[in-house]
Amino acid sequence: MADGRNPSVTGTPATSGAAEEVRDEGAVRATALPPGWDEAVDLDADPATVPDPSEVDVPDSLRSEIDRLMRLYPDRHSATLPALGAAQRVHGWCSPEALRQVAAVMQVTPAYLSSVATFYDMLRTEPLGSRYVYVCTSVACHLRNARRVYQALAEEAESQGLEDVDLREFECLGACDMAPMASFDGRFVGPLSTEDAAEVVGQLKGGREVLPGRGLGDDGFRLPETAPPTEGEPAHPKHEPAGGDWPDAPEQAPPPAEGPPPHRRAIPEPFGPGTSHAGAELDPLTRETRAEDEEDEE
Amino acid sequence: MTEETRVLLANIDEPGLNTIDVYERLGGYRAMRKALLDMDAQAVLHELEESGLRGRGGAGFSMGKKASFIPKGAMDKYLCCNADESEPGTFKDRLLMQKNPHLLIEGCIIGSVAAAANKGFIFIRGEYELQAGILETALAEAYDKGYLGERILDSDHTFDLVLHRGKGAYICGEETGLLDALEGKRGNPRLKPPFPANQGLYQGPTLINNVETLCNAPIIIERGAEWYKQYGEGTSTGTKVVSVSGNVQRPGNYEIALGMPVREIIFGLAGGPPEGRDIKCFFPGGSSAPVLTQEHLDLPYTFEAMAEAGSMLGSGAIIVVDDSEPLVPLALRLAEFYRHESCGKCVPCREGTNWTVKMLERIDEGEGTPMDLDILEQVQGNIMGNCLCVLGDSMAMPVSSMLEHFRPEFERHMEEARARRDLQDHEPLGAPELASVAEAGQV
Repeated sequence: MADGRNPSVTGTPATSGAAEEVRDEGAVRATALPPGWDEAVDLDADPATVPDPSEVDVPDSLRSEIDRLMRLYPDRHSATLPALGAAQRVHGWCSPEALRQVAAVMQVTPAYLSSVATFYDMLRTEPLGSRYVYVCTSVACHLRNARRVYQALAEEAESQGLEDVDLREFECLGACDMAPMASFDGRFVGPLSTEDAAEVVGQLKGGREVLPGRGLGDDGFRLPETAPPTEGEPAHPKHEPAGGDWPDAPEQAPPPAEGPPPHRRAIPEPFGPGTSHAGAELDPLTRETRAEDEEDEE
Repeated sequence: MTEETRVLLANIDEPGLNTIDVYERLGGYRAMRKALLDMDAQAVLHELEESGLRGRGGAGFSMGKKASFIPKGAMDKYLCCNADESEPGTFKDRLLMQKNPHLLIEGCIIGSVAAAANKGFIFIRGEYELQAGILETALAEAYDKGYLGERILDSDHTFDLVLHRGKGAYICGEETGLLDALEGKRGNPRLKPPFPANQGLYQGPTLINNVETLCNAPIIIERGAEWYKQYGEGTSTGTKVVSVSGNVQRPGNYEIALGMPVREIIFGLAGGPPEGRDIKCFFPGGSSAPVLTQEHLDLPYTFEAMAEAGSMLGSGAIIVVDDSEPLVPLALRLAEFYRHESCGKCVPCREGTNWTVKMLERIDEGEGTPMDLDILEQVQGNIMGNCLCVLGDSMAMPVSSMLEHFRPEFERHMEEARARRDLQDHEPLGAPELASVAEAGQV
């Protein structure tokens, strides 16, 4: 999740102070919400219109790139994503100025571009760094201690004072055979261990290639014959044998002799039509039909 | 010794396969010639339908049938290749695009013949920089040879293919979300019907297929549906590239004939769990598939058998979880993923994923009560089938299956976490105001 757990590496985004103040009262942990959840619109600002091309100074290379992209599609709007990507390469992030330049070339409103840019994870709407390191911590990598690898990298980045790098946890990068892995500006490197952290950050800081030979696509890249054993002890003690048997209690209480069991019901066919259960006659807790609630009618 | 059945991956280790010369030397683009010069669209469609090829992206819908839904007549039709491979655990398309990009391009051309589409897009996820670069080079080579563009090989068929990079959103793997992203919008799924075959990209009829599905097309056209059907079982015909990951000794892509027992895939090909460990459960089709347990290991790996067992074959990604792995943090990680990736359009998914995360956090932190498990289960039931797309279901199905199979473990985890919380004087909560509330005895 990109919840800015590592502000020292990612710089100090303009909204970071505000984000820390946001407390989600429902959650015990009060973790910051994912980006985009609580970004309010400035109602006092003037509506931005489609910029006049003559008033906006756009670098020639960016303008010609966006023009080329727009010609690829029957509808120029399709070029939005690649155009924003191109602007991000020039500006380091999708800054208001970058959006204005793209808007001027594409002849759309900055608001439209901003709505798109806030949706996609790879478009930075805050100045987090012009390079990125995405550490995959999704399910398959999670099973191989990816969180610890991320934490080691983040700690190392802080102690070595790594700058201008957007280091963050990322969702599955499609390289679960290399787990745990990370993407360094698109170069997949893995399997990583916590011991690699110092070397990786040092190479990042020096602008060198990270762990040469261990990137997907490097000459002679091969996965280790047998993957390294998972490190350390599991976070929690072993609970029970596979299969879910628990000696002290049956897996679930037998249903009562009459009527459907409380709190349990068949899982509805997910793709079938008409699986909504919003019917008023259903008790929301037990899902049993109930008599009309007379108190409500009074 | 369990053996793979390599059809798609037959030449995958050949050096330089990503260049058009090597690909053609090994018989590449022969199927395209056959489809363009010796067959008509109807015959191509018939062959694809006859082969029984089912979509390899997750839903498992018949590819030939999907293509046959495209209306006839003169209008702008489109082909989209879904290369936004984001399902956790899946990395088969990455391998195919990186090593054998021309197979995909040839598949797209054949698909365009079947759908009578003149414009095609490969929507590749933005994280696949290496693969996108390789595909771009391959596309340029194919244009140079005249295999793409106006009147291919002097036939009547014109087909342009454009590589489109995504920018990191799981939901763009959903076909209508992909279309919106391709049109330059936020990748929100659309209401169906109309289905993309009728009104898809730019409101035109659109055929959308996964990378692996399209890669099968040249093989079917070249060798025939009968040959293809010799592999597989029942309606699950052909071979499948299975991505095995998680707690196994040799994670990787393995191509099997559908119907191989799951045990052979996990133990025979992927080496089984690490020494001294046993399988607790596994996701048979990516992280969206309900988990199965040891008792399901001897089932044949087919669409039908996985569905009968209460799960699905999905994208063909097996994630193995061994018995040392606690399930609550795993379920939490899973739920966090879907919360992050929910586009927010439908309330059950947006709120359901959020509350599932909160409840699982509560359980993991020692704040849970036995009632939480019931509510957790109920929330999953309220998500399923109530949204425009299946992203919410994709969280609800595995989480509720974990609860179903391993409820005692959840209860045990909760009790242990509660006990730990009391011992540690609320330290792990990390929020001073909550700790002070706890001191006052209100928690």
